[in-house]
Amino acid sequence: MKNLPNIDGEVQTESANQKTSLKNIFLFFACGFFFGFVLVKAEVFSWYRIQEMFRFQSFHMYGVIGSAVVTGIVSTYIINLFKRRKQSASIHVAEKKFHKGIIPGGLIFGLGWGITGACPGPIFLQAGMGYAGAFILLLAALSGTFLYGLLRDRLPH
Amino acid sequence: MQLIHDVIFKPWPWYVVGPLIGLTVPLLLLIENKTLGISANLRHICAALLPSKPTFFQYNWKDHQWNLFFALGIVFAGVFVNVSGLMEYNFDIHPDLQKELAQYNVQLQAKAMPDFIFSTSALSSFTTWVLLIVGGLLVGFGTRYAGGCTSGHAIAGLSGLQWPSLVATITFMVGGIISANFILPYLLAL
Repeated sequence: MKNLPNIDGEVQTESANQKTSLKNIFLFFACGFFFGFVLVKAEVFSWYRIQEMFRFQSFHMYGVIGSAVVTGIVSTYIINLFKRRKQSASIHVAEKKFHKGIIPGGLIFGLGWGITGACPGPIFLQAGMGYAGAFILLLAALSGTFLYGLLRDRLPH
Repeated sequence: MQLIHDVIFKPWPWYVVGPLIGLTVPLLLLIENKTLGISANLRHICAALLPSKPTFFQYNWKDHQWNLFFALGIVFAGVFVNVSGLMEYNFDIHPDLQKELAQYNVQLQAKAMPDFIFSTSALSSFTTWVLLIVGGLLVGFGTRYAGGCTSGHAIAGLSGLQWPSLVATITFMVGGIISANFILPYLLAL
């Protein structure tokens, strides 16, 4: 297993020598399609919905995120109950390690989110929907990540 | 009939879509023990495209191709919705937000995305470029600095009951509340 050379907010538990099969590649693509379609039905990609959220003008986004988290917790718990009965390995979300950078990083992301109304998932979705602005947004976000990679050693973590 | 029409063409309520989004977390874990996290793809794309790169991008991005295919699935969902014309949006923007945006002389339509930022013609406006570039840079920089975005921290991390993700989610919200209420108005007035 090869660790990522740098902090990525999570400890890599997946083994690199385990090649993703073609079947699983298709399944991941299908999951992404499902996820994206639900984001459309949820209007999560909508600039207006995000602006309403940050102005406390609508409960919608809080309901979406809140019920998503509750479902994530409960469904993982139930699956692990079955797994334990069958004595197979349980499933766990990758561990997120705390570092000081989470706070300034989170604030910086939040500042951007409040302007563009888009976190990375919706940017990919909007690009697929053909919004001209989304392509600029994607390029700018890639540049931001590149900039972080450049400055990383000089930032507190 | 109206109900069938609405289910196909209209947005769904939060208590339907929220749980569906949440199910993505165990789904990815069951397929191959993967944790939902979309912003990592920004790093993988940089690692794949850059000819000479800082150490942050020196790793085998192909080990993470599952996530790139996940993101590709999201892109195709967007293409599908666009091509099929399967979505009708309600013009239900909160009256206060409408009033606020009206100050900037922008036209609001019954769409999910405002034309004055995201349409092709909006690219002739200086304000649009500032919004997109400043916002995009902050999103790309901040998500990697924080080690995750809304999906990786707020949805997956909180589903795994991890306190660093709670810290991250709170800072996302604080940043968003500040910029939407106090910074965006200045940018829109440019």
